Amino acid sequence: MPQKGSTWNADRAILRIRELEHLPGALLPILHALQEEFGYIDKAAIPLIADALNISHAEVHGVISFYRDFRDTPSGRHVLKMCRAESCQSMGCDATIQHVEGRLGVKLGETTADASFTVEAVYCLGLCALSPAVMLDGKPYGRVSSEIADFLIDGMQRQK
Amino acid sequence: MSTKVYIPCDTGALAAGADAVARAVADLVTAHRLDVSVVRNGSRGMFWLEPLVEVETPRGRIAYGPVTANAVASLFDAGFLDGKPHSRCLGPTEDIPYLKRQERLTFARCGIVDPLSLSDYMSHGGYRGLDRALSLKPEAIVEEVANSGLRGRGGAGFPTGIKWRTVLNAAADQKYIVCNADEGDSGTYADRMIMEGDPFVLIEGMTIAGIAVGATSGYIYVRSEYPHAFGTLQRAISIAQESGYLGPNVADSGRSFHLDVRLGAGAYICGEETALLESLEGKRGQIRFKPPLPAIQGLFGKPTVVNNVISLATVPIILDAGAEYYRKFGMGRSRGTLTIQLSGNIKHGGLVEKAFGLTLREAIYDFGGGTASGRPFRAVQVGGPLGAYFPDSLLDTPLDYEIFAAKKGLLGHGGIVVFDDTVDLAKQARFAMEFCAHESCGKCTPCRIGSTRGVEVLDRIIANQDRAKNLALLDDLCELLLDGSLCGLGGLTPLPVLSALRHFPEDFSKLAPPQPARTPLPPEATETQPWR
Ligand SMILES: Cc1cc2nc3c(=O)[nH]c(=O)nc-3n(C[C@H](O)[C@H](O)[C@H](O)COP(=O)(O)O)c2cc1C
Ligand code: SF4
Repeated sequence: MPQKGSTWNADRAILRIRELEHLPGALLPILHALQEEFGYIDKAAIPLIADALNISHAEVHGVISFYRDFRDTPSGRHVLKMCRAESCQSMGCDATIQHVEGRLGVKLGETTADASFTVEAVYCLGLCALSPAVMLDGKPYGRVSSEIADFLIDGMQRQK
Repeated sequence: MSTKVYIPCDTGALAAGADAVARAVADLVTAHRLDVSVVRNGSRGMFWLEPLVEVETPRGRIAYGPVTANAVASLFDAGFLDGKPHSRCLGPTEDIPYLKRQERLTFARCGIVDPLSLSDYMSHGGYRGLDRALSLKPEAIVEEVANSGLRGRGGAGFPTGIKWRTVLNAAADQKYIVCNADEGDSGTYADRMIMEGDPFVLIEGMTIAGIAVGATSGYIYVRSEYPHAFGTLQRAISIAQESGYLGPNVADSGRSFHLDVRLGAGAYICGEETALLESLEGKRGQIRFKPPLPAIQGLFGKPTVVNNVISLATVPIILDAGAEYYRKFGMGRSRGTLTIQLSGNIKHGGLVEKAFGLTLREAIYDFGGGTASGRPFRAVQVGGPLGAYFPDSLLDTPLDYEIFAAKKGLLGHGGIVVFDDTVDLAKQARFAMEFCAHESCGKCTPCRIGSTRGVEVLDRIIANQDRAKNLALLDDLCELLLDGSLCGLGGLTPLPVLSALRHFPEDFSKLAPPQPARTPLPPEATETQPWR
């Protein structure tokens, strides 16, 4: 499933915040909900969250920037997370990653110019008996050689 | 009666194509109007055989694997619904040597039951531990756990009973049970498997913990890299609520226990218990100073038990079978079983639950079958990214907390990552420093800045610049990290770095320019990849 559309909408954001603001330690659940809704966390969300939780803008911003998951700009239509931790290293993930970077013309952490793909590094997907592992739009794949990575990317490009 | 077919829904099985197999089976069942019911079970933990399909027969469950979607039709033709032979038939599942030689206590049900069937759970011994706990005084439950010898499986190996006793004795209007499901170590997936394959055992363990220490509320903090485990837990919790096993009146005991599951956000450091608590409170995941211990002032400042998934999921069997039964397994002060996870460049990667005391060699060769590439073994990293690299000469080390520590190693969460002879240990040491820099919470200078310096120093050593001076600098940096770090991220990073240097000095003394690229090649694609 490709990533969600990402037009920011303050009313929808407020609704999602309302649903969760009563939780103890509500900030992370709220940020996850907004990112799920819009694909990223718009700057305009910061004052809304700060007001709802009665904390400072700086605090909200500090939390967003601390965690790798939260992005402040939309991702590409497809997100490919490639594990580069030790287990996957032992099975040659570096070669697969290099291949994908070359093919898509981006480095880990970047989005292609046509916004079709975001490629990210992850450190372990818990699939270490099937290294190298990746996750494409939330779906797990094991034993991913360069050839298999091409196959996965081709599949997504055909879909468009 | 309809025939039962089991196709795992464990993320590992999905990564090997289990959904495509399930679709192919469903199509044939519909087309031929067969009387078949498909159960999506957890994984048995033999990942080189996934997707592992099982069928229930009068002879017990018969296994077939690895099964591809393309092979499904031929399975039906061969009569697999009656357990008949096929080139992929592995015989009765329980007789597969890899499984048969294990001692599955914590994982007794994983891969066997339907993870979201409470009746399956009950008919396989579920909630007997809670029943017994409800007949005991809180002190007696804590004593049972203490006497079992259970030590925390999250890495530090701290006695679980002592932690619980501290929380029990702390007076407060509210206490919490927090389950650490951040499982960030590369090479580990036991937490993930149990959450996906037998979530009720974790819920039962946390409920017992709550009743033992007087906590009425619990949280499971799951890393965001585990979306499937998160979903399974959410569903399992609502099932337990609807059935009266969670909520205001647990199993009609008059005791209450509420459970919630929360998602992390991609920070390794949030696996450290105080950073995890900060994160649960909605803050940046920074380490807290200790004392106070979380057991005294934990979540929202209240007394809190923080335990790893496997520690908590082991509590039900201890209460059910008794402390004496559990402590019979193991060696020395390492009692019970270790959930070993065989990973990386290994032929038979998977979960091996075995009493402490198995040697690394037995794990890697007798269970793991050696390297996946077929090339010679060169190194193994045990205990995640903060664990040491061991050479062949240390493979006879038994898996035991104290013996590992004596060899300047770490058992950690039980992950074993194998490397063949294409590995470059200087590169691995560099990665350890890079990882520390990348994941540092930023509170201590040696960890925040020293690790980046470490990467630079290693780069110069690898490039053969001022070798002696830079090696001395590396030693100093490691000492600084050891002494000047508030938590294990900075404090343990010297372990992989210095073990690589100690056991594999030849990788650090190559003459520049470095030898031709030694990047190991990715595996040949196999036919178990259904998208091919
Ligand atoms: C950097 C760092 C990362 C950690 N990551 C985890 C983790 O992912 N899972 C875990 O259970 N414990 C982890 N721990 C250990 C926890 O701090 C803590 O000891 C553990 O949750 C206690 O539970 P236990 O006694 O049941 O092991 C980590 C520790 C450090 C220093
Ligand atoms: S050692 Fe590193 S991660 Fe740990 S508290 Fe210090 S700065 Fe934070």
